[in-house]
Amino acid sequence: MSKNSSRRDFITRSAATGASTAATLTGAPAENASAAHIAPLKTANTTKYTSICPYCAVGCSVNIHTLGDKARNVRSAIVHIEGDPESPINRGTLCPKGASLEEFVQSDRRLTKVRYRAPGAREWTDLSWEEAFGKMAARIKASRDAGFEEKDAEGRTVNRLENVAMIGGCTDTNEINYLLGKFRFGLGILAYENQSRL
Amino acid sequence: MIVAKLIDTTLCIGCKACEVACQEWNDQEYTLGTFNGSYQTMPDLAHNFWNLIRFNEVERNGAQSWVMSKYQCMHCAEAGCIAACPAPGAITQMANGTVDFVHENCIGCGYCITGCPFDVPRLSPATKKVYKCSLCSDRTAVGLEPACIKTCPTNCLTFGERDELLRSAEIRTRELKADGHAQAGIYNPAGVGGTNVIYVLNDATQPEQYGLPKDPEIPWTVRLWKGPLKALGAMVFMGSILGAFFHYVIFGPQDPEKHGHPEEEPTHEA
Amino acid sequence: MTNGWTDVANADVVLVMGGNPAENHPVGFRFVMEAKRQRKAKIVCVDPRFTRTAAVSDCYVPIRSGTDIAFLGGLIHYAVTNNKYQRKYVIEHTNASFLIAEGFGFADGHFSGWEKDHYDKSSWQYELDGNGYAKTDATLEHPRCVFQLMKAHYARYTPEKVAEVCGCTPEEFLKAAEMITVAAAENKSGTVLYALGWTHHSFAVQLIHAAAMVQLLMGNIGMPGGGVNAQRGHANIQGSTDMGAWNMLPGYLKIPRASQTTLAEYLKVNTPKALQAKSLNYWGNTPKFMTSLLKAYYGKKAQRENDYGYGWLPKIEDKGDHSWGAFFDDMHQGKLEGLISFGMNPVANGPNTHKMLTALSKLKWMIVAENFETETAAFWNAKTLAAKDYPEALSAEQIQTEVFLLPAANFAEKDGAFVNSSRWLQWKEIATDPPGEAMRDQEIIARLFLEIRRLYEKDGGKGREPLLNMSWDYALPHKPLLSEVAKEVNGVDLTTLKQVNGFGELKDDGTTACGNWVYSGCWTEAGNQMSRRGQEDPTGLGLYPKWSWSWPANRRILYNRASADENGQPWDKTRAPLIWDGERWRGDTPDYKADAAPGTLPAFIMLPEGVARLFAPDLVEGPFPEHYEPAESPVSNPLHPDVSANPLLKTYSSEGAKFGQAKDFPYVAITYRLTEHFHYWTKHTSSSSELQSNFFVEVPAELAAEKGIANGDRVRVSSARGQLEGPALVTKRLRTLKVKGQKTYHVGLPIHWGYVGKVTGPLINNLTPSAYDPNSGTPEYKGFLVNLEKIS
Repeated sequence: MSKNSSRRDFITRSAATGASTAATLTGAPAENASAAHIAPLKTANTTKYTSICPYCAVGCSVNIHTLGDKARNVRSAIVHIEGDPESPINRGTLCPKGASLEEFVQSDRRLTKVRYRAPGAREWTDLSWEEAFGKMAARIKASRDAGFEEKDAEGRTVNRLENVAMIGGCTDTNEINYLLGKFRFGLGILAYENQSRL
Repeated sequence: MIVAKLIDTTLCIGCKACEVACQEWNDQEYTLGTFNGSYQTMPDLAHNFWNLIRFNEVERNGAQSWVMSKYQCMHCAEAGCIAACPAPGAITQMANGTVDFVHENCIGCGYCITGCPFDVPRLSPATKKVYKCSLCSDRTAVGLEPACIKTCPTNCLTFGERDELLRSAEIRTRELKADGHAQAGIYNPAGVGGTNVIYVLNDATQPEQYGLPKDPEIPWTVRLWKGPLKALGAMVFMGSILGAFFHYVIFGPQDPEKHGHPEEEPTHEA
Repeated sequence: MTNGWTDVANADVVLVMGGNPAENHPVGFRFVMEAKRQRKAKIVCVDPRFTRTAAVSDCYVPIRSGTDIAFLGGLIHYAVTNNKYQRKYVIEHTNASFLIAEGFGFADGHFSGWEKDHYDKSSWQYELDGNGYAKTDATLEHPRCVFQLMKAHYARYTPEKVAEVCGCTPEEFLKAAEMITVAAAENKSGTVLYALGWTHHSFAVQLIHAAAMVQLLMGNIGMPGGGVNAQRGHANIQGSTDMGAWNMLPGYLKIPRASQTTLAEYLKVNTPKALQAKSLNYWGNTPKFMTSLLKAYYGKKAQRENDYGYGWLPKIEDKGDHSWGAFFDDMHQGKLEGLISFGMNPVANGPNTHKMLTALSKLKWMIVAENFETETAAFWNAKTLAAKDYPEALSAEQIQTEVFLLPAANFAEKDGAFVNSSRWLQWKEIATDPPGEAMRDQEIIARLFLEIRRLYEKDGGKGREPLLNMSWDYALPHKPLLSEVAKEVNGVDLTTLKQVNGFGELKDDGTTACGNWVYSGCWTEAGNQMSRRGQEDPTGLGLYPKWSWSWPANRRILYNRASADENGQPWDKTRAPLIWDGERWRGDTPDYKADAAPGTLPAFIMLPEGVARLFAPDLVEGPFPEHYEPAESPVSNPLHPDVSANPLLKTYSSEGAKFGQAKDFPYVAITYRLTEHFHYWTKHTSSSSELQSNFFVEVPAELAAEKGIANGDRVRVSSARGQLEGPALVTKRLRTLKVKGQKTYHVGLPIHWGYVGKVTGPLINNLTPSAYDPNSGTPEYKGFLVNLEKIS
């Protein structure tokens, strides 16, 4: 069954509230008694946050409408994401990917736990973050202790680690990239690529 | 004030943002389909898919051309679906011209489907009710544009007062003619009293290339039903006497030349 | 982009080539449509496929994939021989008048100085005077001036030769050339929009150089509605690159080489010297930028006495190479132990998937932070998940790689700034929390980093100093606030502890710290400039100086000084980003000294020459772009068959050569995105998958007829690397081209599927080669050879 039909059938007459505010542009459906069937706006009573679409680099601004006030026991839920009309770039418009962001954020396929695959295993298992940080740090340290070069063959100080590579960054903010840079140069990693060449 | 949608097909890039915006706003369930040999999302509209961009590869003056055109409820001034509907209050035309379905009153008889010269309404096999574009009546009620219009990146879609849009369609047509598109024109068919979805076409002599029927009309059977037979209308729920008649209305032969059912036009790209 | 999305609306002609913005940047494309509608701009689309961009263009020219330099070289030839270039601009703002040393030339596919596997570039240098400045001839008549050398070089690129190489007709080329060169008029401007259709070639950088040359000849660089504009494909690929998340430090400062053992040596090598007496040579400030970065990285530990911690930075061997092809080849050879990936999917997006799978199986461990399970995270299961595609892959039991898949937050769950293609830094807010146990990336990075440091502090180990001296003094060290990080990036005056206003305030004496000089000014004492929402547009050109913040220095059009003539007046009075009012420059942030009169400095202040380079001796395979064939090509190079491909093509082939011949693989394959999907992400969402649920292979109608393939029939596409199967989409939009007299077909492969998702399908990188551009290290994903068979 269409989610729409259930929503629209369930909420019927309450819509008059929305309709009665009928605005200039849209020809005031409230003039007509039959406007009573109109569903209430799903973004009513939401909080609006400003964000930027995470897909391509046109840089469209989006408004994220959430329900819930972020109080201690409330995890806000995204109701809808729509183009931000104030942006001189997109002026409220979005492409087909951008217009589908609500599902992307709240996808049932999102990862919600640390997944671990042991050597030779055929399956994922769950891991707590504490265990994961402990194991990962130990692996990185072991590889670094084995591969770190303080001096090269000619005796020059090089402080580099060439048996570990890093990739990524293009999907995340400048600030995350900056932190990844400190992480990388702290460890001495030279092999690092993002999507800019792919 | 009558509101309308203007679809300037010369500015459409077939990005389908309007399709997704419609689906998302209306909380539709998505369908993962099989390959149908085309860039087109699906072959036709569905009860849970109200807004389709049609893709049509054609040759014009020997040059490759790829026509993209939006297909949805036309919100006709004289709506065939309303003329055909036997259920009181199931289809309503609002003061602003929007033709909207009120599903709690819909009896799922499907007569509106026959009454529509554009072949738009679709019956849901699950709810046994009929669905189509509502012009986002919930959005327009509070002064927002319909979802498809708002998202359109190239200004191919505009929403506003019908008379004003007709004027800008005329201006646009003159521009296109000046740019060398001698056949440019407006699609606003008289057979249904004009539509509240107006198109600007590069070649208005061949609306079929855009998946639009050339001269749409409300089927004579439907006109008959809401005309001389109107008094009998109320009896329809019980009326077995009319069964045969409506069988003909629903399943009877329709001349695609005359009524121009879009689904029978060669609109898919190869 | 030198300009920006909103500025495209100012163009009189739009050349779309090597990109398909109507499909891949639909919202950006609105400005193309605006130019078309409001300015009557002409859109010229040059592409092997008749795309949705082509569908709304005024002129479409199909060319064979990988022949863009021939086309652009043809444009240069056309412009120069038909006097359709902006001569005043070329003399004033390019190195056309510079003299090149004796002995420079080009013959039989090689420039002068070719020595078996590299160039001796001594003949590619400017002829200098006694002061070390380049000699010039403003008449452009000297036989060794760049203009004359360029004219001679492209004399071979006649319309007929372009047609022979590209496969279009000479008439089609000429129609496009005529439209494009309208912009040579002083008061006209044209833009170039490109994307991966240019960068995915083994001569990518040369290709973009060729476009820049065309734009310089037209006088389009610095102009509103002009420029060379890369349409970038990820939300922050620009920012990630600016931030040095590749072979760089932040702000395009080079990572030191092993031979640069002290900061002084590093700065000596990496600080350019002016090549014209008046050249501002802005990179001359490198010592300020580098010292300030070291102060940001190492904080109080960075002191003059210890070279500001320079010694702790890792050093690359002088001939070291850590580009994608290089380190995945090393991984394939078993030289790497670990890989850390934040939001990348190399199995899906790297060339030659088989090689990627094998390479990852040789790792001891891999850490992947993601929103969704990806092909990379599940690489050890490829044999099960995609048995048909990877029959030779190792089974899970045989793969000893330990994998950590970390649930990361996505864009709506974090704040921080993305940089769009226009270089605008736009700040976003936190709308909600990550689901379940998913964690914000800053917390993942910080906790992992601090845990590693704890182990070193506790147990000791190699390289403790570089690791422990990296500053991490955040108020919440385990989850730094991104606002605090952004302020560090902007830079601070360490004597006053105030945020600096811009990179002009940075110093080389250790009294300023700045995490990325090009972003300096983004978060000043006035607050976060990236979250500004001002609607003002004083120039009327759509520059919106108070909307967000643009690097560098909130400049919206790079090289904008060149939009004005020698008196500082705009070439086109109706489009003036910058005007000299007698005392100051008004308009956009000038790419010039704000109070320097027009004649006092040359316009290109970032370059030692002070002018733009038509002749670019820093590129590895030649100072002028030359057409070379892709690594795999259906024909030998029509210009010089004996030197067919790029002589400096990089291959990194530890898996064997794996290149195919036209006799076995006769068709040219191209890979691309569709408007319906985003990369390898949206196969996880139903909404995008509804629009295009299935992988398909686009097949030209004529080839389909030859092979008896009907629309929807299953076909197999194979290359020397692998194969895949899918339904055919038979179309006339892929036109048959005539190259060197022979019929040439393209086979089209959209990229978006894989073996993990709501919808699945083959990875097109099963087919792509390990061939790379020598300047950038970009793989050649387009223009490789395949065979096509109907599956009966």
